[in-house]
Amino acid sequence: MADNTNTNPQLTGAEILWATLVGEGITTVFGYPGGAILPAYDALRKFPIHHVLVRHEQGAAHMADGYARASGKVGVCIATSGPGATNLVTGIATAMLDSIPIVCITGQVSSKVLGTDAFQEIDITGITLPITKHNYLVTRAEDIAPTLRQAFQVATTGRPGPVLVDITKDAQQATAPFDFAAAAPTEHRPHPMLRADSSAMQDAIELIKNAKRPVILAGHGIIESGARAQVIDFAERRQIPVASTLLGLGAFPTYHPLSLGMMGMHGEAWVNNAIQQSDLLLAFGMRFDDRVTGNLAKYAPNAKKIHIEIDPAEINKNVKVDVALIGDLRKVLDTLLPLMPKNSDASWIKEVDAMKGNASVRDIINLPDNGHLYAAHVIHDIWAEALAANRLLQTIIVTDVGQHQMWEAQYYKHDALRSLITSGGLGTMGFALPAAIGAKAACPEKDVWVIAGDGGFQMTAAELSTIQQEKMAINIAVINNGFLGMVRQWQEAFYDKNYAESPILSPNFVALAAAHGIAGAHVSKRKDVTAAVTQSRTSGKPFLIDFQVEKEDGVYPMIAPGSGLHEMVRRPAANPLLETAEDV
Amino acid sequence: MLHTFVALVQDKPGVLTRVASLFRRLNINIVSLTVGESERADTSRMTIVCEAPDTAAHRIRASLYKLEITVDVDEVGRSEGVIRELCLIKVAAGPSEPNGLHSRSQIFELAQVFRARVVDLAPESIMLEMTGSSSKIEGLIQVLRESNYTILEVSRTGRMAMRRGKHTSRVLKALGTPNGNGPTNFTPPDFSTDEIIPNEFPDVHEEE
Repeated sequence: MADNTNTNPQLTGAEILWATLVGEGITTVFGYPGGAILPAYDALRKFPIHHVLVRHEQGAAHMADGYARASGKVGVCIATSGPGATNLVTGIATAMLDSIPIVCITGQVSSKVLGTDAFQEIDITGITLPITKHNYLVTRAEDIAPTLRQAFQVATTGRPGPVLVDITKDAQQATAPFDFAAAAPTEHRPHPMLRADSSAMQDAIELIKNAKRPVILAGHGIIESGARAQVIDFAERRQIPVASTLLGLGAFPTYHPLSLGMMGMHGEAWVNNAIQQSDLLLAFGMRFDDRVTGNLAKYAPNAKKIHIEIDPAEINKNVKVDVALIGDLRKVLDTLLPLMPKNSDASWIKEVDAMKGNASVRDIINLPDNGHLYAAHVIHDIWAEALAANRLLQTIIVTDVGQHQMWEAQYYKHDALRSLITSGGLGTMGFALPAAIGAKAACPEKDVWVIAGDGGFQMTAAELSTIQQEKMAINIAVINNGFLGMVRQWQEAFYDKNYAESPILSPNFVALAAAHGIAGAHVSKRKDVTAAVTQSRTSGKPFLIDFQVEKEDGVYPMIAPGSGLHEMVRRPAANPLLETAEDV
Repeated sequence: MLHTFVALVQDKPGVLTRVASLFRRLNINIVSLTVGESERADTSRMTIVCEAPDTAAHRIRASLYKLEITVDVDEVGRSEGVIRELCLIKVAAGPSEPNGLHSRSQIFELAQVFRARVVDLAPESIMLEMTGSSSKIEGLIQVLRESNYTILEVSRTGRMAMRRGKHTSRVLKALGTPNGNGPTNFTPPDFSTDEIIPNEFPDVHEEE
């Protein structure tokens, strides 16, 4: 150790913190200063790291999340102790449920007063224990670099997830020798790997060869493991149609003839029917969430199931599978692919195509304009505008949670990886605006669209100020229907249209944007959508469009809780354009 | 049914909370949990006994292995391992007890039959120490009660489990043995997952 102190520079804990982040390749962090993290902020200016000042720490966590989802790199957020740390909680939980690699750094009171209820002291490692993949409390300057490096490793390896590092103020102030290379983490245990000759692999090959009606369920794991090419190869080689989970959208390109679209609660009828009628489900990096399966007892009753998944705890959690291949999806598929003979039998594909039938005829997109503006129109036109401008592969859509989120999933065709950022697992309203800031920070050259409802937008609207301070050209589409739309739709369907507290008053969003120095426009006619979208996208500045859409529109198809995947409530047939509460 | 898990975990603050929190999150009651040092440096050994559906074992084991602080997890069935518990029992044994002056000699006899040891003798009480399977310990307690002795205190350690025979998991082999045999440069071995997390799943599917 004596040698180390001679050869390596003595830095403060605060400097070690930033130096380690720089070493890990971090160039942008999202945060908010405060007492217990002030030593770190004091040292910030010495390091080539851009700090985005948020307006609420929840936004910092969502931004780190959006940054990670857009870039595939680790997102970093930073907050002070106490309320700063607790404000991160919703953002951390959002990242946890969607397996997003973020590192959250919080300040903590000095180690001498830990546990004394000191000012702004809170047990944040205790609070975040169930919502982080792992967390650490650091009380010594010399532990900061190894702990942070380990945090990055934990966040990114295996099934990714959020990691929190709580650093006491005295650890930031003390000095220690800094050696980035020596602080590298060691792997303390092996991760499972499959061999081609293992019995599970052989069983899987046998099932795939014998399947007549297979369906691939494409999940978020494809994106995280970088297995897009392998999945496309696999689907083409065996002529298997591909259904996507919400977080899997973009993993398999929608223009591909084998792409079916989104499955589950608001998936299209033919997608869910194909799953229900299949004889083999190939689950690629997905976890059979209840929004995807419907009633488990009625789920794909005749299908064998092969689950390729990196997290063994997901196996047989919701759906009992016949073969589990545990490991990184890309590696498993790399092993599996050479053993897969080509299949040219297209009869099942034809059958699935036939299921589409007239399902789309009643779709609002395919009906003539009646003067009303629907959210589906807005989302379709945002997509069409990007397509026409040849910007589709350079566009990232960040949604909030609710009806507009499902419409986005239905009407925006995601061809590019990481082109959709949405809170799937936790369903966090208020996610879109801050996550979009993270996405724009990661990909400044891309067009970033926020698509948010009038409810969710107001939850984190304070981050408009962050956008302006950062001069980020983010496009904001508020789908404004005067309701907490998904709540209203459930109240309509299951609570006798008792619209308890779902109508919501909103400010004039364009005026709100203007108060932040952000330009905007109101749009309430279909014919004005595309022009406003183009104006926003090409303005080179942040721009907000308040789309005043049909108030009591519903997302269809829909699977009611307790129903099987094939028992969908279809789009209302009578007069879909005027299907409002008053008409029924 | 009762499940017995053996987990090797890092010896650090907060590790017990992480393990306990996992069971709380799964809404599974821990019957007993013992922690102590193991044969490995900086590694504690936990034996966790819990009451959970037959079908939950895989998920508990996989979830335990998922914790960053976990080195290895094993589930030890009753037939595969030695499962033992240590128990201290304090029995009232004064002249006023039902069996009067014979109390002590009768307790000594019972203790001998159950291979328990007398570790403390006081005018009004006797303390017995016993190791064995849980059922054996419960047997002694039951006999004492049915013989109208007053049990003043019982302290049980909870079960400890160890597999019979020479048995090392693939994970531990990969990490090397504690006395230095095994790989010095650690590289993850090419092993089949079958052997860490069983791929032959019992029917763990429960309808909602």
